[in-house]
Amino acid sequence: MSDAMIETPTVGRSLWATAMLRLRRNRAAIASLVVLVCLVVAALIGPSLTGHGYDKVYPEFVKVEPSLTPYPRQAEIVPAAESALRRARVAVEDITLAGGIATVTVRSERRAIDPRITRYLDRSDVFSNGRIVSTSEDGRSAVMEADVQRLHFLMGTDANGRDLFTRILFSLRISLMIGALASGVALVIGVAYGATAGFVGGRVDDVMMRIVDILYSLPFIFFVILLVVFFGRSLVLMFIAVGMVEWLDMARIVRGQTLSLRRREFVQASEALGASGGDIVRRHIVPNTLGTVIIYLTLLIPKVILLESFLSFLGLGVQEPMTSLGVLISEGAKNMRNAPFMLIYPATAMAILLFALNFLGDGLRDALDPKDR
Amino acid sequence: MKPLLSIEDLHITFDTPDGAVEAVRGVSLHVDPGETVAVVGESGSGKSQIMMTAMGLLAGNGVARGAIRYEGADILGLSPARLNRIRGRKVAMIFQEPMTSLDPLFTISDQLCEPMRVHGGLGRRAAKAKALELLRLVQVQEPERKLDAYPHELSGGQRQRVMIAMALTNDPDLLIADEPTTALDVTVQANILRLLRDLQRRTGMAILFITHDLGVVEAFADRVYVMNGGVLEEHGPTARIFGAPETAYTRMLLDAEPEGVQPPPSADAPVLLSGEDMTVTYGHAGGFLRRDTRVHAVRGVDIALHAGQTVGVVGESGSGKSTLGRALLRMVPSGGRVVFMGRAVPENDVAAMRPFRRQLQMVFQDPYGSLSPRMTLAEIVGEGLRIHKPALPAAERTDQAVAAMESVGLPQHMRNRFPHELSGGQRQRVAIARALVLRPEVIVLDEPTSALDRSVQKQVIDLLRALQKEHALSYVFISHDLAVVRALCDYVLVMKDGEIVEEAPARTLFDAPKTDYARALMRAAFHLRDMLEEAEQECRTTQEGLHPREIRRPSGS
Repeated sequence: MSDAMIETPTVGRSLWATAMLRLRRNRAAIASLVVLVCLVVAALIGPSLTGHGYDKVYPEFVKVEPSLTPYPRQAEIVPAAESALRRARVAVEDITLAGGIATVTVRSERRAIDPRITRYLDRSDVFSNGRIVSTSEDGRSAVMEADVQRLHFLMGTDANGRDLFTRILFSLRISLMIGALASGVALVIGVAYGATAGFVGGRVDDVMMRIVDILYSLPFIFFVILLVVFFGRSLVLMFIAVGMVEWLDMARIVRGQTLSLRRREFVQASEALGASGGDIVRRHIVPNTLGTVIIYLTLLIPKVILLESFLSFLGLGVQEPMTSLGVLISEGAKNMRNAPFMLIYPATAMAILLFALNFLGDGLRDALDPKDR
Repeated sequence: MKPLLSIEDLHITFDTPDGAVEAVRGVSLHVDPGETVAVVGESGSGKSQIMMTAMGLLAGNGVARGAIRYEGADILGLSPARLNRIRGRKVAMIFQEPMTSLDPLFTISDQLCEPMRVHGGLGRRAAKAKALELLRLVQVQEPERKLDAYPHELSGGQRQRVMIAMALTNDPDLLIADEPTTALDVTVQANILRLLRDLQRRTGMAILFITHDLGVVEAFADRVYVMNGGVLEEHGPTARIFGAPETAYTRMLLDAEPEGVQPPPSADAPVLLSGEDMTVTYGHAGGFLRRDTRVHAVRGVDIALHAGQTVGVVGESGSGKSTLGRALLRMVPSGGRVVFMGRAVPENDVAAMRPFRRQLQMVFQDPYGSLSPRMTLAEIVGEGLRIHKPALPAAERTDQAVAAMESVGLPQHMRNRFPHELSGGQRQRVAIARALVLRPEVIVLDEPTSALDRSVQKQVIDLLRALQKEHALSYVFISHDLAVVRALCDYVLVMKDGEIVEEAPARTLFDAPKTDYARALMRAAFHLRDMLEEAEQECRTTQEGLHPREIRRPSGS
């Protein structure tokens, strides 16, 4: 019995490998992982592929409906040309459209047509590359051509005429960044603090945990408003504010784990070998808390994202023209009646992100639970 | 006679990430009314899985084929509702771990009365009266007071009695007992077995007993089934199995009883490690608004270990023997003087203690808890080198760790494996290798064989002996298992309530114990059968047989 495993391979299967194996059988978790990877990739490279800058404003296309067909609509081109040239103080005699090119015949009663008149067309979001094709002999009339823009707004535009799709991708980037960084801050501080408190124990533990209790009792919103008042609004502040609050939970969880690990025989065995406290924490305590910590982390990220959204919703978060999911949803809520898509799309993106993170967290919890073996 | 329970050609397969594992392969057995049948086998032989399946408690990834008949009707695969008509009423089960089988949030009376009120339809008062009667039946002392106690207020033996009382609630025809005494002290074990035997006489129930302890089987069972690796090796009446075993496996099990004696060290061997007036006190003294919570775990114990000697420390759980071992290595805050090779070992000073740590090593009881689950074997074994020889290059450290592993019989290709992939015996070998790698002088062994099967135990004992000879080691061997102590130690201390009640060279102590306490320990360990037979005699002679005298117990159970 004791030597029954001799012919098995040399490299052992660690608890992580076992956990991965079990995670792989959890369809919901794997699907969530795929969705999450897609979201991250989209957030990273998406905004540069949509053809719109996240802060590019199209004054002519404010709150347009989401659509697969390009803007401007066929029927809107002629009025758009007319309105663009109204300021040029010329009479528009004829506008024809052919294959994405608008041909405009203009006539001026008083003076010759200035070739710079094409700028009026270029200035509009609808046209580009305006040029004079021919001018009449007296110079009073001219034929211009301009390419009609074909702008795609898959998810419509916002109240300022910015492409919502680009902005959602961009806001995903910000939200994920805040989620990852603030959780990272919470992770590092929380694990170090909790493991130290739990391992040293006694009076040190008492003092350290009372500090945590005091920080707990600070109202979060009050704390953030205070920070904003002193330092102004900035993205970095968001990380600090959220990280400052979330490490408290992490510290408590890790401390609890450490207390129970501290009594395990392998820690005593290490003490019997003469290992110092720091060594024991680093090599025995922290690696053994990682399972729980990772699970908590996957559940913390959505929490942080929600927290950021909440702050942004209140107007304490990221600043324009930067955006986050919370800001977008907040704006969408304001325009819920006349432009419901402005709420629906960011909210859906948020829901998908949170679902994916939560399912993955649940899957990890099941996979890393040593009892379920 | 028609069998009460019969199991026919049972197969149990578990679906694991590594493919299907067949835990039980075609086992047939039967239990007749009123008899005691034992199923023995080492851990992993599938004996518990059979019982779990019979009770409908098979794990979710398990599939069972075959037939389990209770009074002729197949109960395998019945719905829980229909199974409940048999389970708990006709067939009851008691589990191994008395510490975790009771709900810590409810009183004993709550836990005993609930099934009676729910299933039996008894009123509150009637249920309580019956609970009291049951506690009397299982011979719990002061039953009225114990009714309102919470599980943590009871000792292990008392809890196991309560578990038995719960199992008896509905007068079962068959009691399935899964290692009911393994977690208990020998003296408590003897009492519990006596109680079961006594109850069986009076109620006529059959007992199906699962154990790995052959001593218990020989004393207790009418018939024996021997299991190995999911198949039945052999079966027959107890006397036949023990007298004339048919298979090599059974013979191996029977031979696994630890044997041999340890010669005393030469008369001029110097004292290597000594502890004088050792005291360990847990808790704090009383004071303003504080209760006195002091527990004197060890009080004024002297111990001396000569070079090349093995000193055994025996006693029941709670006698302070493990604490003494830790105090010798200054792993718990302790008073008294510890002298190692003429130098005083400092008290409660981690840094000053470090040079001593290399030479004073320890092996712990629980091979599952004493190895860090996230480290490979080479890392675990090499940890001491990392601490005491930090200049050693990593490759060399691994080499030395692997050499230590090989010296305890672990092949070198296992160096990258993780503890959870190992059997209990292998893990204990790793723990020994970890202690050995620093070439210590003294190893304190805290119940190193208690969690192991007998046959594995024997291997570990042989290993410890060989290592002692090879490396001139001295051991302090702490154990409650007297058979192992007799085989391995040349000098023995008997501890009770933190004090030494008797100490003598091993042979003297085991041949002629002086104190009642030591005698009671020996009897429960080596003469279980006589004790049970004596109890039966008593049962027959006393008219009612309701309250046979408790056997002498050294402390309250």
